[in-house]
Order: sequence, then structure tokens, then C-alpha cells
Amino acid sequence: MKIAVCLNHVPDTASKISVGQDNQSIDTSGVTFVVNPYDEFAVEEALKTKEKVGGDTVVISLGNDNNKESIKKALAMGVDNAVLLKTNEIYDSLSVAKILANEIKTQNAEIVFFGKQSVDYDNGAVGQMCAELLGYNSVSVVVGLEINGNKVRAEREIEGGREIVETELPVVITTQKGLNEPRYASLKGIMAAKKKIIDEKIPENCSNYTETISMKKPPAKQPGRIIGTDATAVPELIRLLKEEVKVI
Amino acid sequence: MNEFAFTEEQNMLRSMVRDFVDNEIKPIAAKIDTEEKIPENLIKKLGELGLLGVSFPEEYGGGGFGEVGYCIMQEEIARGCMSTATFIGAHQSIGANVIYLGGNEEQKQKYLVPLAKGEKIAAFCLTEAQAGSDSFNLKTRAHPDGDEWVINGEKLWITNGGIADIVSVFARTEKGITAFIVETDRPGFSAGPPEKKMGIKGSTTNPITFDNVRIPKENMVGQEGRGFILAMKTLDAGRLGLGAACLGASKELLELSTRYAKQRKQFDTTIANFQAIQFMLSEMASLIYAMESMVYRTAVDYDLKKDISHQSAIVKLFCSESLDKIADYAVQIHGGMGYSRELPIERFYRDSRINRIFEGTNEIQKGIIARYVLKKNGKL
Repeated sequence: MKIAVCLNHVPDTASKISVGQDNQSIDTSGVTFVVNPYDEFAVEEALKTKEKVGGDTVVISLGNDNNKESIKKALAMGVDNAVLLKTNEIYDSLSVAKILANEIKTQNAEIVFFGKQSVDYDNGAVGQMCAELLGYNSVSVVVGLEINGNKVRAEREIEGGREIVETELPVVITTQKGLNEPRYASLKGIMAAKKKIIDEKIPENCSNYTETISMKKPPAKQPGRIIGTDATAVPELIRLLKEEVKVI
Repeated sequence: MNEFAFTEEQNMLRSMVRDFVDNEIKPIAAKIDTEEKIPENLIKKLGELGLLGVSFPEEYGGGGFGEVGYCIMQEEIARGCMSTATFIGAHQSIGANVIYLGGNEEQKQKYLVPLAKGEKIAAFCLTEAQAGSDSFNLKTRAHPDGDEWVINGEKLWITNGGIADIVSVFARTEKGITAFIVETDRPGFSAGPPEKKMGIKGSTTNPITFDNVRIPKENMVGQEGRGFILAMKTLDAGRLGLGAACLGASKELLELSTRYAKQRKQFDTTIANFQAIQFMLSEMASLIYAMESMVYRTAVDYDLKKDISHQSAIVKLFCSESLDKIADYAVQIHGGMGYSRELPIERFYRDSRINRIFEGTNEIQKGIIARYVLKKNGKL
């Protein structure tokens, strides 16, 4: 059984992001990049799945040499093999999905994990697109998972509750916080990662289906306004909530 | 001079320990202080990650990261909790290190491996009531009896004394001070109640009594009468690691102080805009720069098997004095909030002070440094 996990290398959510001079991309200078937080659940679930059903795990990442840092982390956590689909291009969701689907096919992986979304562009689409391109079943935003033989039972997070879905392999699972507690890389893992080779491949050319016209920061948050400090301010507060902000 | 930079594995180690400290230690650091106990569960997790043997070679169950790796880890641990850093230091850098530096292959396989894996906890038993700075004056005795050694005496101020499974003990025999490995479940071994301390309260410090404790002959470490040299060599590493912990705590305090100075407003502006505060931050940063430089310069030399005796004394002296100054500035910048138990600043202030005392007082360090300077005619 081959288990694949697709990993993205994204700006740390604690980083201060600013738009670059071209108005079409972010300025990456001084920004720390980390494993996409949702992908950490994907890595953990891939490892847990391997521990239960056996097989081999492979991490697949699309990007440039900088992605190796995140790939190494996955290897140090215990993933067996790694593929870097090396490019400096910025691809949109469908292009990324096509490139990844090709590699998943080459790897012959029957269980594929993705984070439910990447915290950089936040489209939350690549996992499902991959499933469609591969003809695999797909369950998204998964918070509970059981795989028995060919059978897959997944719990999804939905508004106000949980949905239980049953399907079969091959399957693409996109992972949500709550599915598991990602392990720390152990010292043994870090030393082992040093010896593992990242298989670098050049992905076939792909043209984007969408074009980024411009990027801008959201408007700065307005400072709060104090309209009073005791009960006499309540009528004015109600008026403002009704007429100005229109929330009641 | 080559580039002063960490390897990829060392950076991964730092990032892993930082994550662990942020998630598992910082949230409970105040509790460790008030309850005066490091949870067993935390010790177990540290062991599972391999952090209780990070410096030792892989063939002895360690992480293979050497002294540089050990310093990186201690820096990160101390950012969260100096009690935990003290616990790790006593276990790894001195307790287990006696066996690594002085033990034979059999002793390393039998005792060092479970210690490095964190399955067992170690302590270092040198200090006695009349043998603190004057550690050569120790009175604990060991005499041979058939195939055994019999140990009698009392040790004081033993970090991890109450929780250790294996202790490295220094006792006097006919030929002088000798090192021994003692399992704490042997009859006659007992740990007294923990000391009530100003700081590093989570780290337990106990008196230890050896009342006719019998150990097999093969538990002697190194040669008879050569134990004092081994103790001093072990403390060279201990002092360096102590410097690394001081460095980590200092970095945390500078970060917390800077954040606070940029938030706290007085006279209609943030206090970071006042030169009085800026000067304190500058001095803190300058001390940290020097601390970091000397800790890793010395750690690299240690891993190259150089004699670092006077260097680690300098590291211990400078880093512990610096942390005290930095902790004091941090309290001052935070004002009343620095004195309040709501923030971790006052804990760092209390935890900091011991570093000028243990692992050889700073006055003893000055003695070691002066002896070296005089021997070298001032040419370092």
C-alpha cells in the first residue's frame, strides 16, 4: 500500500504579510515559511495509517528548493520518501492539482492526504480537484478516519455537527484540525531525515487557468469608539448598532 | 575564520524543541513553579523525543547531537522553564556524563543507554556540608569488602536527588576520591526532603544519605583515586550547558521586554520611545550577543575534544552574571507588572540567581580563570 501526503510550504501565520512591488504577489523578504498547518495533520494521519495498515509513505511537494525545509520536517516526523516537483512558477489550484495528480499516479498511491486548505491562498480546492483528475473518491475536512481493508469511514466537520461518510479506496482525504495531534520530529527522525534523499523532478509545463490581477491588503481596522461608560450610553449604542452598523 | 552557522539538523533540533516548549512547557511553567514539581508526564515526553540524551552518541542511546546540540536544546528549554533546564542539566550534563566520560564500555551499555533514552534519571553527588566550593574536602567514604564497595556518608544540595534512579557518587577511598555508580534502589540509600528554594522550585534538590550502601566492585568509574579529576572534567561540560540555559532565558526576557515596551503607553507614547528603556534593551541585546558567541564557540571546541576548562569557567561566569542583569532590566522595564506573579518575569528573576552559585560559585570560576591566566603569563 502506498500512502501519499501532499505538502505545501507557506508563510508562517504569525508573519506580517505585505504586498510586493508588482501588486500581484506577496513580499517574501523577512517572511518565515513553515509547513502548512493543515498539512501537519495530513502528515500525522499518513504516518498513523502506515502504522495501522502498513505500506510506504511518500511526501510530495510542488515548489522551489525552499520547500525542502518543510519536506525535511515531514521526513523527520517519519515519512519514508520524498518528491520535490521543482519549479519557480506560481500555479493556480487546477494546475497544482494536475501536476500533483500526475505524480500521485506515478507513485501509485491509493490513499492520499492533503491539508483541507493551504493558509497562503486559502482556496481549499486542490485535494478535491486531484481526486477528480485521478478518479479517486474524496472526503474533505475530515476530523475522524478509519480505514479497514478497502473500506473507508470518515467523519467530516459540518456546520453545527459531524457527518459520517463511507467510501472505498482509492481515496483522497483532506484533513482538518481535530483529526489528530501531529507528533514532534524525534532526534532519531531528524538524524534519519539527513540520510533520506529528496527525489527532485521537473514537472511538465502547465498553464494557469486563472490570472492574478492584483493583490491588496484589507482596509485597516477602524479604532473602537467609546460613547459612554454607564447605562445612559445604551440608547445611543442601540441607535448606532441599528442605523450605522446595521447589525440589529 | 569560517562562517559561524548551525547545520540543517541543528536548526531542525532547535525548531522541534521550540515547538515542544511552546506547546508543552510554557503553558505549565507557572504551575511547575508554584507546585514545585516537574510533572512525570513531561519528563516522559522529554525522554521519548530523545532530549534526555541529545548530546550522547547514537550507539549509547543518545541523539548524536554533541555539546552544540545540547546547548541549543538547553537554550530553548530555558526559554520556557529554568526548573526543567536544571533537571535536564543535572541528569544529562553531569549525572550521566560521569559515566560517558569516565565509564568503561560495559558501564556505558548498562547505565548510560537507559539514561540517554530517558528511561532512567540521573543525579550527580559531589557536594557535602563541608565540601561546597571546597569539594576536595568531601568526607563520604567507600571501602572494599569482598566483591563489593561499601559507601557511607551524606551528600547535600543534590539536584534530582529525590527522583533519580542512578547517581554518580564521589567518595573517598584509600587512594583518594573515586567515582561510583549507585542505583538508588539499593538498601541504605535515602533521599531527604526537598530544599525550599527561592527559585528553580520545580527542580528538586535533596540531601542524600549513604548508610552502608553496597555496590558491586564493577560499579567503580575509572581508576581508584582519579574521581576528582573526572568530577572537574564533568563540571566543565555542566558549566557550559548552564551558560546555554542562561542564554535562552536571556533571549526570552529580551523578547518579552521588547514586546511590552512597544505596547505599554505612558506620557501619550509607548515606553519603547524613551531612551531610558532603549538603553536597557541595548544592554540586554549586547550581553546576549556576547553570551551566544561564547557559548557556541566553546561548545564547538568541546565537541572537538579540546580542553575547555577555563573557557567554560568564563562562559559560566559571564552568562550567569549577564542573566542576572538582564532579568533585573526585564523587571524594571515591566515595572509593577514585572514584580507581579501574573507574568513570568518575576519567575525568571528568581530562577536566575542560582546560576551564580551552583556548578561552582562565580568566585570559584574566577579562581579557575585566574590560574589559567597566571599560568599563561596573561597570553590567552
